[in-house]
Parts: sequence; structure tokens; C-alpha cells
Amino acid sequence: MKFVKNAIGRLVPTEVNGEKQVPYKGIGKHKPSGRKAAPLIVSAADFPRDGNKLQPTLKYALKKAGLKNGMTISTHHHFRNGDLVAQQIFDIAHEMGVKNLRWLPSASFECHSSLIKYLEDGTIHHIEGSMNGALGKFTSEGKMKGIGILRSHGGRYQSIQDGEVHIDIAVIAAPTADPFGNATGDRGPAACGLLGFALADSQYADKVIVVTDNLIPFPCIPWQIHGNYVDYVVNVDKIGIPEKIVSGTTEVTKSPDRLLLAEWTVRFCDEAGIIREGFSFQAGAGGTALSIGIYFAEILRERKMKARWARGGSNKYLVKMMEDGLLDYILDGQTFDLEGVRSMRENPNHVNTSPFTSYNYHGKGNFASMVDVVILGATEVDVNFNANVVSHSDGYLLHGIGGWQNCLFSKCTILPVPLFRDRIPVVRDECTTICGPGELIDVIVTERGIAINPLRKDLIKTMKNSKLPIKTIQQLKAEAELICGKPQNPEVTKNPVAIIKWVDGTVIDTVWKLKL
Amino acid sequence: MSNIATAGNKGKGVRSDCFVTLELTKSNGLEIKLESKVKTLYGKSILDDINKVLKFFGIKNAKIYVEDSGALSFIIIARIEAAIRQLMKTEKEYLPPLLKENTTATGRDRSRVSRLYLPGNTPSLMLNAGIHKPDGLILDLEDAVATAKKDEARYLVRNALIHLNFYGAERMVRINQGERGLKDLEFLVPHNVNLILLPKCEEADQLKKMDKKVQELRKKFKVKNPVWFMPIIESAKGVLNAYSIATASENVVAMAIGLEDYTADLGAKRTQEATESFFARSMVVNACRAAGIQPIDSVFSDVSDMEGLKQNVLKSKALGFDGMGCIHPRQIRVLHEYFAPDAIEIEKAKKIVLAFHEATKKGLGVVSLGTKMIDPPVVKRAQKSIDTAVAVGKLTKDWMEIEIDKATETSAKNN
Repeated sequence: MKFVKNAIGRLVPTEVNGEKQVPYKGIGKHKPSGRKAAPLIVSAADFPRDGNKLQPTLKYALKKAGLKNGMTISTHHHFRNGDLVAQQIFDIAHEMGVKNLRWLPSASFECHSSLIKYLEDGTIHHIEGSMNGALGKFTSEGKMKGIGILRSHGGRYQSIQDGEVHIDIAVIAAPTADPFGNATGDRGPAACGLLGFALADSQYADKVIVVTDNLIPFPCIPWQIHGNYVDYVVNVDKIGIPEKIVSGTTEVTKSPDRLLLAEWTVRFCDEAGIIREGFSFQAGAGGTALSIGIYFAEILRERKMKARWARGGSNKYLVKMMEDGLLDYILDGQTFDLEGVRSMRENPNHVNTSPFTSYNYHGKGNFASMVDVVILGATEVDVNFNANVVSHSDGYLLHGIGGWQNCLFSKCTILPVPLFRDRIPVVRDECTTICGPGELIDVIVTERGIAINPLRKDLIKTMKNSKLPIKTIQQLKAEAELICGKPQNPEVTKNPVAIIKWVDGTVIDTVWKLKL
Repeated sequence: MSNIATAGNKGKGVRSDCFVTLELTKSNGLEIKLESKVKTLYGKSILDDINKVLKFFGIKNAKIYVEDSGALSFIIIARIEAAIRQLMKTEKEYLPPLLKENTTATGRDRSRVSRLYLPGNTPSLMLNAGIHKPDGLILDLEDAVATAKKDEARYLVRNALIHLNFYGAERMVRINQGERGLKDLEFLVPHNVNLILLPKCEEADQLKKMDKKVQELRKKFKVKNPVWFMPIIESAKGVLNAYSIATASENVVAMAIGLEDYTADLGAKRTQEATESFFARSMVVNACRAAGIQPIDSVFSDVSDMEGLKQNVLKSKALGFDGMGCIHPRQIRVLHEYFAPDAIEIEKAKKIVLAFHEATKKGLGVVSLGTKMIDPPVVKRAQKSIDTAVAVGKLTKDWMEIEIDKATETSAKNN
């Protein structure tokens, strides 16, 4: 295997799973030309005139779609940890004796750990998407047959559009659908809000299967997924576990340390002049981010101001903000709780968006770069402001990229992170894995001080007289090491187990097999 | 004496701590077993700490098992020492490096509006406590530590006094009652503790005993910094002896009331209106003022009720208290906000201080505001209000220049 050093100084393979790779060249440097990938030409003559595409079982549909060795199968994470569909697909593949599949989930969750047996027996060759929890551990220990590929939500769209990834069969789990294949996520027993992550798949896959547990007569309105892209529809008992679909990260933090991070982040935004009439923001899930949204709302209410738009993951707090008249629009990528789902269903100003509108590198611009301020997390940040979201400092791959890389393009990117977690410094000399280049990361807020990227001379100037504890990133790093001690580095081999794609499809970093 | 000892905490929910099991053996050298969630990054460092402590105490044959949940070095070595000292008699102490920040002295009159209680045997709560900027951080060896853990907590608290960054908060420790409390002092006084809280204080004698021991220790260990006292009144007897307690030693700088025990002692229920404790609180305030020390109120125990806390603070301030205890970092800011003077008080204080400034400039001996004469204590109190207002950000530092400019402008206009 050949390796080269890319533009951010990381060693990356030039070929992965038999496919040639382009090393990361810098931000906005890689610009492929030519025409985008195109879907198959189909003819309506081949589809039932009465619009009834119902198939008796998922297995039947998969067979009809021509499931065979080496195919690429895509699924989506709208149901987060409550997904019941992906598992069934590979159960069927295993039963049929199909091997070497490439699984292309928009993200994987703990509920997908049961697929490890199919990674072991060769049903699945490798994963492209994200490798969370047990799947991440499995991958990091070098047990996956192929090399994993991690992409951002936008990167997934990019890779489908520029032909890097071709999907043979897309299976779209839909909370409500009609027999023609029109589908929506905003209603039904497994309502999850929207189906934006499946949009590209519906348009570009050779075969598209919609699986629902709430089949309604034509027409399914709204149709977030158009039946005109859909080959088959399958009606099953249950596609997701509702309480796990909206799980985990939707409660505001009670931790005083995190509340302090939230407070300082908001004060920073305020002093930097970001919070003003008509501004836009994105604060994701997670306790700290939720609190930041609430503090934004307080300030707007107090000053009788309004934000123009916010990007979701939406939740009850963001919805309340809009319903209280403090926010005009929510442009939503995913709904994190049932209030988000309800609002999207009822409020025309709560708009469902997709990685196409928000993140796609091959679009003529995208929403994420227009946001005034975005609040994100990270497992590690280095002294050059490069950050990591996929692996832990012990070298284990445990999270996906999500929309994180794409969001870095906002006008101001702020990472509120603790200076250390259980003795492990977050601010350090070098990241275990680089997922985002420091040039795009503007501010690091920790409970022991705030570092502004030296590239942001404007922010440094504005904040010159601030009472907030502004420090250099080197000071923060030194402080972390003083408290925790200098950490050793994990011992890794020279064998890559996964690569990290930048938003343009180039390889920004490699995840190495751990020495066990 | 058994030859197996344990120290520390483990199990679900335990973070930043470790659990040490030590067995002294007769032969076969050292057998070290380490389990740690941060082993990849700090395994070597932890093993290094284990070896150093064992060597320091001259232990050549032992089995030691450390179950670590991300403890910092000063915590690990405190746990190991605590285990060792159960098995051998020694005067030796294995200390972490002294932080320069932790050698500072505090003044008698420094602000003590907020003091945050931290359980003395729970490292995870200590690490970030200082960043919430309380006036004082109390490492509690008394009620917050289970009886069986009281010995090991001493090593942890001692090491925290040496190596934990308090970020400018006064370093306070609440000791145990009686003999145990006097023994506690040996772990604190030589290590730069700023202030000792003496719980369940009922008579001056308790304080005098403590004072005597503290002064002996200061002399023995050549401690230059003062060690202040804050007795806590928690009984009817204590309330009635408040003044004699407040004046029992010149090192008493503040006196607090603990209402949970006090109301129990009275046989009355502790209520929101707090009528049952009015006498006691007022007594403590009066005793403190008479003795020239700071009166400090009890803690407010509902950490989720910020409005209740605010009302409590306003009442407390109205009774004459200077500060309160906190049991959660989120309470700190509410205390600082509402113990500080409000807008009307600040305006009045500004006028008084300005008048004083004018009078001094003109060389006048008497300060007057309008037709009213102002006594020196009034000026002093006004200045204190101003200082507090500036400290909590209710007033800018250069307020006086701004006011003088304004006055000049107005008179220029009128001319």
C-alpha cells in the first residue's frame, strides 16, 4: 500500500479497497470537472400503471432488486438508535448467502452493533459512513475485511454526485408512505421528522426500496421522497422504536461546568457582535449546545430582537423560540425530539432540508456557509486549531462525522469543549485524527479560557477589552498538561483501518489499526 | 493489624478517582496490577506514581491493585498513601509538588460572600470548583464524608491544598468535631490552609483549644501565613454563646450559622419563612458586628430553586449577613448578584463617596451631603458598597471620573 503526506501533513493511502484516492489538498483546492454521475434511464412502461409498487416482503423486494455479491447497499439514520431496518437487510443477505457487500449508512448507531457478525462472516466487506460504538472498536482493532471510509453528510452527497460511490440498492425506511412510493417522515408511529439523508440515494441508486409500517392510500402528502424515484414499496409491522428515535441528547445540561461553557460561548457571541437583529445560527444536540440556544433566546427576548433563521437538528427549545416569535425560520436537517417533528408537520416555517441544500460540495453554494455562527463539539483540538470528532485520544474510532465538517464553513465556528475529560486533555499538541482543518475553526471555549484562532484578527481585535478569559491555544494546552500530565500516544500499527474524507472527497486523515 | 488495606472509590458514577487495594507481603517483591480507563494515555505515569510512593515508604514486598477512573496524579498518590498508612506506622508524608498559587495568604477582611462546600473525599467535584469563582472553597472533612472514609479523606484534602488550583478562592477546610478535628489540623496547617471552619461550635473553649493547636503547628512547621477561623453555630447553646465564641481568638474572622442542625436542636421545623431561626440569625449577626467579624448565613439547600435562593439572599442581606454558604456552583452567582448593593444603594453610595472626595480635595474636615453631615463609618460603608459593585460588574472602575466629567459638563452648560 502506498502512502503520501497530504496538505495538512498527514500520511494517507493513495488507494483504498481497490479505488484510487486523492489526498487532501487544502480548503477549496480540489475541484473535479466534467459531468455529474447520472442515474439509470428507466421507462414508466416498466412500472405498474396503477402505481401499486407493493411487494410482499423485504426479502422479495431485495431479490427483485437483484441483490448480489459486491453490491453497495445504502440505509439512513433517521431513526438513530431505534432503527429496525438495516439489521433485516443484512439478515436477508446472509440468508441468501450474498457476500462482500459495501454498507453505506448515512450514520451507524449502537443498535447496529449486531451487524458485527456479518462483518466477521464476510456478508459485509466494509462500511462507508460512520463507525460508532462497538463498530468503531471492531474497526479500530483491524477486524473489518475492507477499509472503512468516513464521510460527512455533505460528503456523502458529494461522493454520490461525482460518481465516487455508486449505490446499487437504497433501502429507505419511511414512517409513512403510499403504494407508489411517496414517503414522509413527519407522521406515523415511527415519525422522525424528515428523510433528507435519503434524498441523494432516492435520486441516484439503481434500485430504490421504500419500507414503511404506515402504508396509506395514494397520495402521501407531503412527499419528502418522490415515488417517481421508487421501485418497490414494502409494508412491515415495525420499522423503528419510537423512544429510541428521539433519544439521548435532548435534555439541557445541569452540569455547572457545561453551563459555564454555554454562558461564555454566548457572551463571546454577544461581545463579538454576532447576536443582532436578523442573525442566523446553528447549535446542535448535546446539553451544552441546547443551553446556548436557550441563552440566545433570552437575549433576543430581552432586546426585542429576532433571529432570521436557525439550522437544526431541531428540538423543543428551538421550536419554542420560533413559536415565541424570536426566530423566523428553522431550516432543519433532522429533528431531535417529538416537538421538532410536530413543528415540522404543522408549521410551514419549519422547513425540511437535506444535505443537498445545506452541505453538498457539488452544489452551487450551500446553507451551512451562510450561517453567522455554529456551535460544535470535538473530542480533541490541536494547537493549530485542527479538530477531531471521530476518534478518542486512545486511538479508538467511536463517532461519525455527521454534518460537522460541513458546518465548519459558517462565518464563525465555535467549539465549546472541556479542557480535559477524565484526565484526558482535549486541547493538545496533535490530534489523534484530523477531521477538520484549523483554518475553519475560529474559537475554542473551555472552562479555563477561550482561544481565538490567530487567523481571525478581526475577532481578536473586537475582543481585546473583553473581560472573558481570552488566552492563546498554547496557554490552554499547557494548562491542560499541567493539570493532567503529558499523555503518551496510543501505539498504532502501519495498517490503516479507515480513512477520513474531507467534504470534497479528498482524504484528510487515516485511522490506524491499534497495537493490542 | 491486618495486612490488607483499601482506599478510594470505585464503581458506577465514580470519576477522577481510584480504588487502591494494598497487601503487604513478606517476600516476592512488588506485584502491581493496574486497571484504568486512561491506561493508553497515562498507564506509564500511573505505574510510575505507584512505584515512587511504595519506594518512598520503603515497601519492597507487596501486592497492590489500582482500579483507576481517570484520577489525577495528586489523587492517586493520596489514595496509595492512605492505604499504606493503615498498614504501617510512620511520620513520613508523600506530597505532590506545591503549586505556587497555593502559597498565598488571605486578608482578615477579604470578601466572603460565597463559600462553596465540596465533599472532602470526592475528587471529581474538586477539579473544576474554582473556575466558578466562589470567594472560598471548603474541602469538607465533616458531614460530607462517610465515617469509614474520614481517614483517607485527610490525605486527599491535604494533597488538594498543595496541588489543586483554587483559582483565587480562599482555601478553606471544615474539620471534624472534637479530637478528630484537632488531629485533622495536622494535615492542614502545614499546607497553607487559609481558613478553618469549626462545626457545632458551642463555647469559646472549643475554639481556644483549636487555636492553641493551630499556633503550635504553625510554629513547628514555620507557617508564616495566618490561619483564620470561622466557627459555625449550630445549636441553641451556640447561639447564646455567640459573642464569646466570636471573640475567643483574634483569628476568628467570620462566624456562620448552620440552620439544619440548629432547627433540629430547637425542635422546630425549618420553614421557608424562617421565623423559627430569626432570633438565632439576628443573634449571630449582632455578635459578629459587636466582635468586628463577618456574619455568614446558612446554606440554601434546594439547588434547583434559583428564585427561592434569590429571596433567601435578599432576606439574609436585610438581616445584616455578609454572605452565605453554597452547595452547588450555580448558586455562587446569585449570591454575588444579590448580596451586592442594588441600584438605589449604589446611587446613594456614589453621592457619599463623591462628597467625601470633594471635601478631601478642599481640605475640609467635615463631609456633608446637602444639609446632612456624614460620619466616617457611613463613608466607609459607602466605599465598601462601591467596591462590591465594581467587583461584581455593576459599576465601572472609572465611575468617579465619569461622574466628575458629567458634573463639569453640566455646570459648563449652565454657565
